[in-house]
Amino acid sequence: MVLSTHARSAVLTGLAVLATSVLGGCSLTGSSEDEGASAAERVVLVTHDSFSLPDELVADFEKRTGLDLEVRPSGDAGTLTNKLVLTKDDPIGDVAFGVDNTFASRALGEGVFASYAPELPPGAADHELPGDADDLLTPVDTGAVCLNVDDAWYAERDLAPPRTLEDLTEPAYRDQLVLPGAATSSPGMAFLLTTIARYGEGWADYWRELMANGARLTSGWSEAYQAEFTQGGGEGERPLVLSYDSSPAFTVSGGASTTSALLDTCFEQVEYAGVLAGADNPDGAEQVIDFLLSDEVQAALPESMYVFPVSAQVELPAAWARHAPRPERTWQVDPAEIDENRAAWLREWNDLVAR
Amino acid sequence: MTALRRLLTLAALAVVPVVALGLFFVVPVSGMLARGFVVDGVFDPGAVLEVLSRPRVHRVLWFTAWSAGAATALALVLGLPAAYVLHRLALPLRGVLRAVLLVPFVLPTVVVGVAFTQLLGEDGPLGFLGLAGSPVAIVLGLAFFNVSVVIRVVGGAWESLDPRPGEAAAALGASPRQVLTTVTLPALRPAIVSAASVVFLFCASGFGVVLTLGGLRWASVETEIYLLTTNLLDLQAAAALSILQLVIVTVLLAVSARLRAVPGGTARVVARPRPVRRSDWPWLGATAVLLVYVGAPIATLVAGSLRVEGEWSLGNYRALGTTGSEQALLVPVTDALANSARVAVDATWMALLLGGLVALVVTRRSRGRAERRLRGALDAFFMLPLGVSAVTVGFGLLVTLGRGPVDLRDSPLLVPIAQALVALPLVVRTLAPVLGGIDDRQRQAAAALGAGPLRTLTTVDLPIVWKPLLAAAGFAFAVSLGEFGATSFLARDDRPTVPVVIFRLIGHPGAMNYGMALAASVVLAAVTALVMLAVERLRVGSVGAF
Repeated sequence: MVLSTHARSAVLTGLAVLATSVLGGCSLTGSSEDEGASAAERVVLVTHDSFSLPDELVADFEKRTGLDLEVRPSGDAGTLTNKLVLTKDDPIGDVAFGVDNTFASRALGEGVFASYAPELPPGAADHELPGDADDLLTPVDTGAVCLNVDDAWYAERDLAPPRTLEDLTEPAYRDQLVLPGAATSSPGMAFLLTTIARYGEGWADYWRELMANGARLTSGWSEAYQAEFTQGGGEGERPLVLSYDSSPAFTVSGGASTTSALLDTCFEQVEYAGVLAGADNPDGAEQVIDFLLSDEVQAALPESMYVFPVSAQVELPAAWARHAPRPERTWQVDPAEIDENRAAWLREWNDLVAR
Repeated sequence: MTALRRLLTLAALAVVPVVALGLFFVVPVSGMLARGFVVDGVFDPGAVLEVLSRPRVHRVLWFTAWSAGAATALALVLGLPAAYVLHRLALPLRGVLRAVLLVPFVLPTVVVGVAFTQLLGEDGPLGFLGLAGSPVAIVLGLAFFNVSVVIRVVGGAWESLDPRPGEAAAALGASPRQVLTTVTLPALRPAIVSAASVVFLFCASGFGVVLTLGGLRWASVETEIYLLTTNLLDLQAAAALSILQLVIVTVLLAVSARLRAVPGGTARVVARPRPVRRSDWPWLGATAVLLVYVGAPIATLVAGSLRVEGEWSLGNYRALGTTGSEQALLVPVTDALANSARVAVDATWMALLLGGLVALVVTRRSRGRAERRLRGALDAFFMLPLGVSAVTVGFGLLVTLGRGPVDLRDSPLLVPIAQALVALPLVVRTLAPVLGGIDDRQRQAAAALGAGPLRTLTTVDLPIVWKPLLAAAGFAFAVSLGEFGATSFLARDDRPTVPVVIFRLIGHPGAMNYGMALAASVVLAAVTALVMLAVERLRVGSVGAF
């Protein structure tokens, strides 16, 4: 009896192994895709989930350089930065793009990047990271996180839309604002920094008033814009949302945008690229950075990633030039100060808005 | 000698799943924990323990416990009547309904979050309830996703429950209510406990639901680990919470294993579904409530996907062959669908193989206390992935798999492996109660009558395991199709799965992208429903064959 149990188990194991090998052939992920090192030299670009460039440009780059560009999205700017920090002894790629000015100093402090100083296009130097003496990070694009309003909503109600951060705490704008939270989204963090830049130590009081005036928090940009904003995809009910200065270019209907950005409420975001220290292919990594700064890529950035180029010598798309005016002045917080206080600020913010 | 041989058999069966779980779960998780405990090369457990005294941690723990508990209770209350109605009554379309009720389980949480928000929002049809962003919304969302687990697990057991004891009780004068409480429910107890423990663990680690439905006013252990790891890089605190999670999960599993213990070998007879009687109306009513509850958000999605610029249109579906407006995607949604199918095939066979072996190991009759303990420990071990933060596992895979001869971080198999681990406990829980319910004397009888091991397997085990095995396969396939957390962490850009492209679409401005996200969600839901329908059909066909 015991023997039979034993034998049966052995047969079962055998069957299972057989089944594995048979079924393994049924799927392509299991079989054909392990080409290993292909003929072309590989360069791995680690980036955030929003990275996207036209296929032609990438194909062009690969043809010109003989490199095989592999793009690996790794979450949002925060997740990306922390992945880079956690894997710095054994980097997950050759070059990284998408670390922004709210996370940059953490990456610098941890020694994630190696030096590389490419030739910058005109205008790009304005966006260089303060405190980056070793040329570890190169600015690639910029954009601003600003509040957006549904102009039609306010016109219908004969109400002047808000303009400043102060306006948001006015009773006239009660229950109208929705924004992603600072703890879980990078625009949300940018808005927290906006209030810190504006109010200094008094930011917590401002947030108390904001929450008391019926502001709603969501976990990410998608929930805020797509589900809750009146001009998002989902027929929401709030006419004020935290988004980007470029967003009005996407709500154009009949030649005019139905939304606009409040240009006094903007926080400047700059996204950087850098060669990863200990990269397998540092030479390829440098070529990728040059590629990101090329006129073709810089000109493609608005349509592909909804951000503005750092280069002043490329033309913006027509809709952008018309509907997405840039703020003249943005709120800023020193990257080193952000790095030092991020945890404390977020904890205080969390306690303030929670429960 | 025999004892040694039995242990060897046990080891041989367990080795593949143990190695797989060790490599892709234990090593990554311990890698992350180690980073929390070792700061600047110095072992420092004090700082980790200090985290546990923070008042915020206590709040987070309490919220996790009660929201998961409430959601589990709700899923049971709604799921048990449906399990009965859809598995015991001869109801038209019951196969379709069973398949449809599984759909929520695989929908991307962001999309469901949007649908719920439209329903519960200030101007939504249920806006007057004022539930948006409340803990009630979180509980509703958690139960929405998990009620199908109850229906599946309990329904399967209910179906193969011998109706005769109940009939005998009724013949002896027991009221339907007495039959239910004294005969049926006790017999179903292992399945119910099994389902409840799985649902509780899913709810307690339900990351996306808490984030998208509760806003940020409520944090669970899982979302707290996410915040600590991805945003604050406070690995000590994350490690503390992860360990706490592990301890709680282990305790829970131990308790549920005790409650689940199958009382003796019961012969299983598949009962024919019987016509609806007057006494079934309360059950049918409860099932109708469930259908409305699950159907409303899905209907919201379908309606949204069929509208383009305020008009009814199929435009969003036609756009699935494109990459969206403003190049939101790198590959069309249709390509992602093909990728998803390939990944799901791999994840399914892996989950079935591992889960099947585990179920075999943990359900064999044990001799002696040591062996029983060992099997119990193995059983619990394979349930652990249910209760451990996906963030911890994901980051752990990144930091631990880069070394050694093969850089597994680059392997296209990593995604299916991760998904298989997510589906593994489910497969085990679907198969184990059935395998455990087989009377070993049947096998002995077959052997005594001269059947070889293979024949015993095909005549005793297989006829009973066959249907649950298919159900498990369908389940694993569906879970893989919908899996987002681990996939988004590990998937490569050029081969995204459907949930990944949906997430991308919904994260990009432009009405067309949003419409496409809804359409892709409906397609994902439809494919899942079809898979489950096919499984239902096979199940029906296999009833007479054995």
